[in-house]
Order: sequence, then C-alpha cells, then structure tokens
Amino acid sequence: MNEAKYSDRKFIIGGIFCTIAIIYIVKLFTIQVMDSSYKLSAESNVFRRVIDYPARGLVFDRNGKLLVYNESSYDVLVTPNAVSEFDTLDLCNILGITVENFRTEFKKAVRYAPYKESVIFKQLTKQRYSTLQEKMYKFPGFDVQKRTARRYGYPYAAHVLGYIREADTSLINREPYYKAGDYVGVAGIEKSYEKELRGIKGLKIYVVDVKNRVQGKYKDGKYDSAAVVGENVTSTLDIDLQVYGEKLMQNKVGAIVAIEPKTGEILALVSTPGYDPNLLVGSDMAINYPKLVRDRFRPMYNRAIMGCYPPGSTFKTINALIGMHEGVIGPTTSFPCNGGFSIGRHIVKCHHGGSLDLISAIEHSCNAYFCHEFTRIIGDRKYGRADSAYSNWRRRVQSFGLGRKLGSDLSQEVNGIIYSKDYFNRFYGEGHWSALTIISLSIGQGELSFSPLQICNACATIANRGHYMIPHIVKMIGKDSPVDARFYEPQETGIAKEYFETVIQGMYQVCEMGTGRSARVPGVKVCGKTGTAQNPHGKDHSIFEAFAPMEDPKIAIAVYVENGGFGATYAAPIAGLMIEKYLNDTITRKDVEQRMFNANLMNIDAQMKN
Amino acid sequence: MSKQRGANILFSLDWPVLVLYTILVFMGWLNIYAAVYDEKYTSIFDFGARYGKQLAWIGVSYIIIILIMASNYRIYSVLSYFIYGAIILLLALVLVAGKESHGAKSWFELGMFKIQPSEFAKFATALALSRFMSAFEFDMTKIKNLIISVGIILLPAGLILLQPDMGSVLVYFSMIFVFYRQGLSGIFLWLVVMGIGIFVTTLQYELIVVIAALVIVAGVWYLALGKNLINSLIGVGSIIVLSGIFWLVNHFLLDDKFELHLLIVAASAVLTPAVLVYSYIKKDWIATFVMIGLIGCFAVVFSVDFVFHNIMTAHQQTLINVFLGLENDPQGTEYNVVQSKIAIGSGGFSGKGYLQGTQTKFNFVPEQATDFIFCTVGEEWGFVGAVVVIGLFVSLILRIIYLAEKQRSAFARIYGYCVASILFFHIAINLGMTIGLVPVIGIPLPFFSYGGSSLWSFTILLFIFIRMDASRDELL
Repeated sequence: MNEAKYSDRKFIIGGIFCTIAIIYIVKLFTIQVMDSSYKLSAESNVFRRVIDYPARGLVFDRNGKLLVYNESSYDVLVTPNAVSEFDTLDLCNILGITVENFRTEFKKAVRYAPYKESVIFKQLTKQRYSTLQEKMYKFPGFDVQKRTARRYGYPYAAHVLGYIREADTSLINREPYYKAGDYVGVAGIEKSYEKELRGIKGLKIYVVDVKNRVQGKYKDGKYDSAAVVGENVTSTLDIDLQVYGEKLMQNKVGAIVAIEPKTGEILALVSTPGYDPNLLVGSDMAINYPKLVRDRFRPMYNRAIMGCYPPGSTFKTINALIGMHEGVIGPTTSFPCNGGFSIGRHIVKCHHGGSLDLISAIEHSCNAYFCHEFTRIIGDRKYGRADSAYSNWRRRVQSFGLGRKLGSDLSQEVNGIIYSKDYFNRFYGEGHWSALTIISLSIGQGELSFSPLQICNACATIANRGHYMIPHIVKMIGKDSPVDARFYEPQETGIAKEYFETVIQGMYQVCEMGTGRSARVPGVKVCGKTGTAQNPHGKDHSIFEAFAPMEDPKIAIAVYVENGGFGATYAAPIAGLMIEKYLNDTITRKDVEQRMFNANLMNIDAQMKN
Repeated sequence: MSKQRGANILFSLDWPVLVLYTILVFMGWLNIYAAVYDEKYTSIFDFGARYGKQLAWIGVSYIIIILIMASNYRIYSVLSYFIYGAIILLLALVLVAGKESHGAKSWFELGMFKIQPSEFAKFATALALSRFMSAFEFDMTKIKNLIISVGIILLPAGLILLQPDMGSVLVYFSMIFVFYRQGLSGIFLWLVVMGIGIFVTTLQYELIVVIAALVIVAGVWYLALGKNLINSLIGVGSIIVLSGIFWLVNHFLLDDKFELHLLIVAASAVLTPAVLVYSYIKKDWIATFVMIGLIGCFAVVFSVDFVFHNIMTAHQQTLINVFLGLENDPQGTEYNVVQSKIAIGSGGFSGKGYLQGTQTKFNFVPEQATDFIFCTVGEEWGFVGAVVVIGLFVSLILRIIYLAEKQRSAFARIYGYCVASILFFHIAINLGMTIGLVPVIGIPLPFFSYGGSSLWSFTILLFIFIRMDASRDELL
C-alpha cells in the first residue's frame, strides 16, 4: 500500500489550500480596506436624494403692498426606462417645444441614467400644465415636479428687486449649499437678502433597489431634514412713489433716489430706462436677458447706485459747510462777484454783480463765491501745505458719505471719485499745486464723481443737520426682525448744527426764489439745490437735490436727468412732484406733471440737434 | 449491543467538525436572512420566504446527520457501486424528464420538491472512486487502473456536461488532489495548478500576453539552465530585475510610451527562435518539443480568440458562453462581478452591521442568497467577517485532511480526501468569483448558499466520512 510512501503529500495539498486562502484574504483586504472607491459606488447605487424646495420669501413694500411673490410652475421629469410608446408631437405641442429639441433633451436624460428621473423641461406655466395634466395618462414615464416661479406684482422697481436665476457652476463650486437646478438671487433685494429669502432646502434620503424603486427612508429618516420656508422681507420702498418716479422719468435717461432722512430708508430708487422684472422669469429669461443686455440704453445698469456723475453745483452746499466748520468763512462772510472769479489765467464764469453773502451765494449758486471760499480752505495756514489742507477737506467730504461706498444693502454700489492728495502730487508734482490748480472742485466739477445715491444721502445729512443713517432698502425681515445693526447707527459728520441751519436757509431760498423755483410745492417748505454736471459727451446733465419739509424733513431726494441741461429744467420739477406725491399724495401742478411725463430725451433726433 | 454502539458513536464522533459545520450552517442562514430581509416581513418562521425554507432544510440536515451516524459504517463501502449506479441512472433520466430552467435540464420536480441529482452525484462518485482506489491490487502506475479511475469521474461529469452545467462539471477536476495523494506524479498536479494560475491571470491580462510572458520565463530558464538550479534562478531573477528596471524607466521617464503588453509579446517573439536554434544545436529534443508546444498554444489561443470575436455571431458567442457555464451578462461587461465587488468592497474593515447591507438587500447583487451569498458576509460583516468565514472553511478542510490521514482504512482515507477536495474546490471557485479572481461560474458556497439540494448533498458528503471516522478503529 502507498499510504506511508505518500503520506507527506498531505502537507503539499494542505499548503496549496492555505496559499489560495491567503491570496483571497489579501485580495479582500485590498478591495475592502485599501480601496475606498467601492464605498462611493455603493452609495451612488443605493441612495436617492430628494430635495424639498422651500417657497422663496415674499417681498412687501413699506406699506405692506405685495411686490414679489411665487407662482406655481412645473418641471417635467422623465424616467427613460419607464417610457413606452407615446405621441411625441402631442407632448411637444403641450410643452411648446420642437420635436428636435425634445429629442436632444431626451437623449441627455438617457445618457444621465436610464433608471433615474431627470428634468426634461423646466418651469412649465400653469396653463400648459393643466393641459398636460389632463393627458398625463398618455405619457407613461413622465412626471411633473412642482416648483415655484418668481412673479413681480408691479412692472417696475426691477433694479431694486433684482431677479433670480439658476445657480451656475462657479457658484456651485464656491458655495456647496447650491446644487444644479437651484435658483439664486443675482441682483437687488433678491441678491442682498438671498440667505433670508431662499429658506433652507429640505432633504430626504431614500434607499432604492436595483430597479430604482424606493425601499424606504435611509435609517428611518435620521438624516432627513424638513424644508424651511424663506423669510418674507419688508422693503423700505414706497411702491406708489417708485412707480410715479419711473413714470416721470419715462423716455429720459437718469436716476431718482429718495430717502427718509431720519432712518436712512430708501423710499424710491429709480433708474431709467428700466424694465419689467417679469421679463426675467422662468423660461422667458433665456429670450429676454440677451435683449436687455444688448439694448444701447443699458436698462439693466442701475444708474442710481452705479452711475457716476460730477455733483455740479449741489456740491456747493458741502463746501459751504466745510468752510464754516474750518472757520475760513462765517455765515455772514461776503465775497465780491463781478461776473466771475479770475486769478491769473483762471476764470470761472458767474452771472451776478456786487457782493454776496453765503445764503445768497447758495440761492443764486454763485460760482465766484465758492471759488473764493475754496482758495481759503485749501490755502488754510493751519494745515501748512495745500496737500494737507486738501486731505483734510477730502476727509470732510467723505464724512458725508461721498466718494466711498456707503455700505448699504444694495450690491453693486460704487465708490465714486474723490482722489487722494497723492493723485495730484503725482500729476502736478509735490508742492506744485494749489487751490487754483483744482479750483473746479469748488463748484463740483473736475475730479469729482458721485452716484445719485451718494448725493441723496448727502442731502439727507443736511436735512438731519449733521448726520446720516446708512441708506438701506430693507426695513424688516419676517414679522419683526430688524435688519443689520449698522443701519441704526447715526453716521456723524462732526460739523456743528448751526452751520447747517445757514445752508438750509440758503437751500430754502433756492426753492422759494432762486434757481430751484420749479421744485416748489404749495404748502410745503422745500429746501433744494440745483446742479448742472458738465458732460463731455453731449448736453449737460440736469441735477437737483432737495429735502422737505424744511423743519421736520420726511424725504430727501436726488434727481439726475442725463442730457437734461440745467438742473432747473427737468430735475427740479421732477423732484418737486416726487416730494408732493410723497407728502400730500395729490398733485396740484398737473401741467408740470404732464410736461414731465411727455418730455422725451431719448429721441435720437432731438439729441442730435442739441 | 445496539445501545452500546449508540454511546460509542457519541463518544467517538468528531466534535470539532460538527461544531464547525453547525457554525457555518447557521452563519449561512443568518446571511440568507439578511440577503432577503425585508422590513415589512420579519417573521423568522415564514416558510414562504427563503430563510424560513432554509431553516426547515437545516432541520432536515440534522435528521440526515442522525440517520447517517446511526447507520452501519460498512454499508457505504459495500453499497458504493450501487449508489453510484443509481445516481448515474438519475443523471441520465434528468436529461430526458428533467425540468429546464436557466437553459439547463438539472432538476426533477416531485410535487413541491425540486431535486438536483448532480448535487448528489458528488458523494456517489466520491464513494465509487474511493472503493475502486482502495482495492488491494490498485496501483496508480498501472495505466488500466488510471483509466478506470478517470472513467469513474468522467461518466457523471459527462452526463452533467450534457445538461449543461459547467460549474458542477468543474468540481470533478478537484479529484486531482485525491489522485496525487494516491501516488499520481506531482507533474500533473503542478500542471493543473499552473493551468489554474494562468487561467486566473488571464482575467487580469490578455491570454496572449500571459503566454508570451511564460515563453520568456521558460526560454530564459532553459537557456540559463545548463542542468543547474542556481543558474536558472539567476536567469529568471535577472529577467525580473531587467523588466522591473524597464517598467520604471518606461513609467517615470517615458510617460508610458511603450505598451507593456506589446513589449512582452515582442520579447517572446525574439526569444523563441533563439531557444529553438539553441535546443536544435544541442540536440535537446524535449526542449525543442516544449518550445514548439508553447508556440502552438500561442497560435491556437490567437486563432480561437480571433474566431470567437471576429467570425462568430453574437448568438454563437452567447451559446459558447452558456456552454462554458459563464453566466450571461444582462447589463454589459461584468455587471455581476462589478456589483459583487462593490457590495464586498463597501463593507470596509468591520462591515456595515447585520441587516444594514444595502447592495445585497436591494438586489444590486444578483443571486444574493445563492451563489453570491458571500457578498452579504463581505458587506455586513466586513473584512473581519470575511476572514472569519474563510478561516472556518480552511479549518474544516484541514481537519478533514487530518482525520483522513488517521484512517486505517484506505477507503475511508481516500473518501476523506475526496470530501476535502470537493469542498475546497467549491469554496475556492465561489469566493473567487465574488471577488473577481475567478470567472463567474454558478456553483454554491457549501453550507452557506440557499438551497436544500446543495445543503443536503454537502451534509451527506461530509457526514458519511465522519461516520466512517467515528468507527476508524473498527474499520480496516
């Protein structure tokens, strides 16, 4: 027998068995412990994440009028594997798309995942949805997911309210909250208050089997979260005033900003030409957005906060205040005006005779007076050289919120232009420039440029006699939550109240008998200042700033009409009408109103003639 | 007398095997429960569900064990040819009267019971082979004995091939270990082991590349040999070092400009004529013959591959795949293997926890209660659980070999080796398939997989040996 002879072979046989067992264990170790890709594959196999989209918050105006709301819209979904024969043409007609379009979308869905649902058509309107709903049984494999579409209650205030659109890849990469297909505010209140308005998406994790059939909630919903509806937002806007402003500005290029001085609340923020915010909703956006962007009047450009214009003579009020504060002039200081200001080869033209004090200088917008005053400010001995005096002046100007971002809750605010002394030192050489070199700054021309919002804020500062509240567009979040604390902090200029009274007296006289008479409102003490911004590209811009009533200001306003000529021509009457509308709600000067409605400065022929 | 024998049986029963068997069967049941677990129906004793049925079948297996242990140990040797003949008849009958499912006629349907004769053919063949090999005059070196032994295996294997059920046929090749233990030249075992090695490697690389690599190794081995082991080791070693250096240069300096596969084929093309010429000059006909044989393999593989992919229609390819027992692939390339690996791989080190597996529970893995039951182990019990299961199987097999070597009867020893080999082959193929080391061949994992026929046949196979072992002192 062989047993003894071959008995040792048990070791070889056992050895082979053990070797193979070890090879298997090593392989198991590599796929189970070393390689983590299998875990990810397993998750993508089995989890279906269903997002619960919350309704976006509503936006109201200061009087509770609904500005922005949601309307049901529907996304059409398809699960390619569940689709059986259907009438493609019929479905395309209901959806309002071409068959080719439908085919490409369908192929995309197949490529994405034949077993999984994917969106084939977005933001179906209510009407089309009801047609589809009736015929749904004819289209197996198709489903409808309820979403919301944004709707705007008024075809105005587009720049203030902004718009939403689908999150793009760069945003999705930057902020992991957003996923493809989410909507996000990209301008106006929709952008600034995105976090409050959007709410919080809910998530339900379902476990699915190999056929993508739901098998239940993952861990009994332990990781699920409920959607939180977006907060409603109350704007500071007075929609009636806003609409009125936009109507007054129709066929004109320009901006109106109105602020309640006590609170800094923006009552109206007009930029014309504007557009109907409903143009940028849902599937219409794809058609309208390029049109708006290509329009040569740039309707999407918010001139009220992004436009930069020289302040013109409205700036004289600021220089008057700084001069008095620095002690270079007093309320009664007079300067001669003989039809202009000339030192050396500099001549700044003016149209008065004799000698004027400060109040009359403001009333008549005397260039010569402010040139004299400005030479005193910059030539002030206590600052030594001109550039230090200039720096001090610049700091004072900026204390009015001019030439720097105000920090409002409107995105896209611009700084404006007010150069530091280094700019002039570089340009003219250190010690080689003086007040005379930069004399145009005295009357708000030259190297100065501010946005209408900044000018309006400066006007509100005067109305408040020395401080301003940071302008803001939102009053309240939810039922009673206040907005950011910075909007309740007064921003002081440090200039004494009595100086303001002098300037305000001057501004009152402007509207009573000076350059701004067309802004007069019967029964209301309006204080204002005209301005004319030199425009190298065409006719001057018409500017007017005002507040009213004089003793207890309720509204401060700045009006810009591009190519409108003198401040008195268009800006002042528009400002007057706006004030009257806001304070009295009735317009007495119907003829002025009509003239403003009808004025057309966007007519190309009319512009050519000027 | 009878009472005393019963007490003896309990005393001499190999308890380690019974304990290992019990652990494996119940672990298997737990995993079947997990694989078909549904939160809506949680009753353990639901005999409509698979785990309920499996529980019943486990109960029956213990009755089978008691019956076998109570039986006379001599009957297996005496009745072995009779049992073998009966099973051969059944295998023939199933081809005529069997029920066809999945394209194979493997089942008898008797009322509510389904029986798969090929499962029971394993122990019958093992009995017959042991009986023949244990005959006093048996000598492995006699060609006639060898042919009859192989014939005993090929007869049932051939009948099963006609069903066709390639997976079950392959199991009979495991008998190579029994032949080896009984005195077959080791060359044959090594050929089989090498063959399996090459086969498994071809799952990772193209067959042509593997053969080309073999040619290189063989050629260098031969040229450097000079009948000297040291020289040949130096030769093979230098080949490994050189190819390692080349791979590093290619990968890091040349940005993988050269495709490794092509280079191996090219190198073998250069080396082969050199070896041929050398062996011809040296008049070493064996070497020439081996080299020509290898070139022949190369040509055959190449042409088969070409014919299969370029000349045959898709339908013909499917037929061949089904014939070879390669399961058809409903969702494209290797869907089953990919899903199986995902399930096991996602288990990680310590697993997702019992009943927490998602891949197996939600049917991502096909046949998750039968052939792919190991996926549930890998997913829910992790690497730890998988190693424990492999460890249990290895312990069982080694214990069987240990017991087999203690037998005084050649019949019992040979039968023991048959049991160990069949179990090993089943386990190796099944586990290898789930982790992608072996192609997908549908055979169950012993004691684990769902199914009465399979559980009972493995129980019978194992406990006939344990019965004989219990009486090993009486058996001669």
